[in-house]
Amino acid sequence: MLNIVWPIFIIISFSYAIFSGNLEKLNSSIFESTNEAIKLSISLLGTICLWNGIMQIANNTSIVTKLTKFLNPIIKFLFPDLKDNFKIQKEISMNIIANILGLGNAATPLGLKAMKSLQTENKSKSTLSNSMMMLIVLNTASIQLIPTTVIAIRNSLGSENPTSILFPVWVATIVAAVARNYSN
Amino acid sequence: MQFINFISNLAMPMIILIIVFYGLTEKNKVFDSFLDGAKEGIEITLSILPTLVGLFVAIGALKDSGVLDIITYAMKPILDLINFPSELMPLAILRPISGSGSIAIATNIMKNCGVDSLIGNIASTIMGSTETTLYTIAVYTSCIKIKKTRFILIAALIADLVGILTSVAIWQIIS
Repeated sequence: MLNIVWPIFIIISFSYAIFSGNLEKLNSSIFESTNEAIKLSISLLGTICLWNGIMQIANNTSIVTKLTKFLNPIIKFLFPDLKDNFKIQKEISMNIIANILGLGNAATPLGLKAMKSLQTENKSKSTLSNSMMMLIVLNTASIQLIPTTVIAIRNSLGSENPTSILFPVWVATIVAAVARNYSN
Repeated sequence: MQFINFISNLAMPMIILIIVFYGLTEKNKVFDSFLDGAKEGIEITLSILPTLVGLFVAIGALKDSGVLDIITYAMKPILDLINFPSELMPLAILRPISGSGSIAIATNIMKNCGVDSLIGNIASTIMGSTETTLYTIAVYTSCIKIKKTRFILIAALIADLVGILTSVAIWQIIS
């Protein structure tokens, strides 16, 4: 997918910059972007290590087993191919729980772990399986109760009611999530 | 607001506290488990880094070369037809492809149009109800070296579009 999207982005924007005389801006933008990517990776490194460590502790206790049992009917419905593979079901439900709680930084490493386990079950190693697609779709759906980042931004801009967007956000999330399941 | 602030500040420490406490009561070697997990975290981050560099350069170029402005201008007639405020177009384009970029643009829109204005509210709702789709797909597929992604990109982008249009529609109904 990125083999197509990425070169299109590069070709269009680089050739446009040459013809419109935006070259100086483009040059500084290239270096800024690489710096930004490294900065993000470094800040990710800390949080991913921390959450991976914390979740590894949780993994060795019975807490996840309890939460997984709670989520099990939903997981079985969304991932019919998994049958009774308890290890993967556990990893997926941990990912979903982190998403709902708005712990984006924790959700990603958990989701990637689940992807790795799904890959061992995958029949064709270079193609996404149905379960993998469902997991990715769930993670692009932004299923969080409280969108903390937006509320923080609104608060910092002096909004009279920063949380007034909560209800519309829930509606839009649900409608988009339903659309995801249908287009999948 | 204070209560929600309290809840969101409480969430992270509470979860860590409960997990560590649980580990101790079940007599696990808590710090050894932590180190095992954290080591794995380094591998995960390193496998994401090249993807991030490549994507950031492409997105930065798209924004700073002026291509994004052109697209917004070209689509204005269609946007007017479905009652979509053209101020939101850069956000709608950037939202699926860049997390930090869309936060910057959304903040900019809220500042310029007023944070409690209709457009400010819609921008907030778009940010809250959608994700950085392209990044998510890239990270999830590159960590296990998947080449054939089937129709996942189109499915996710359609859902993003639905989410964005719903955000606009619901605010037009409410206000």
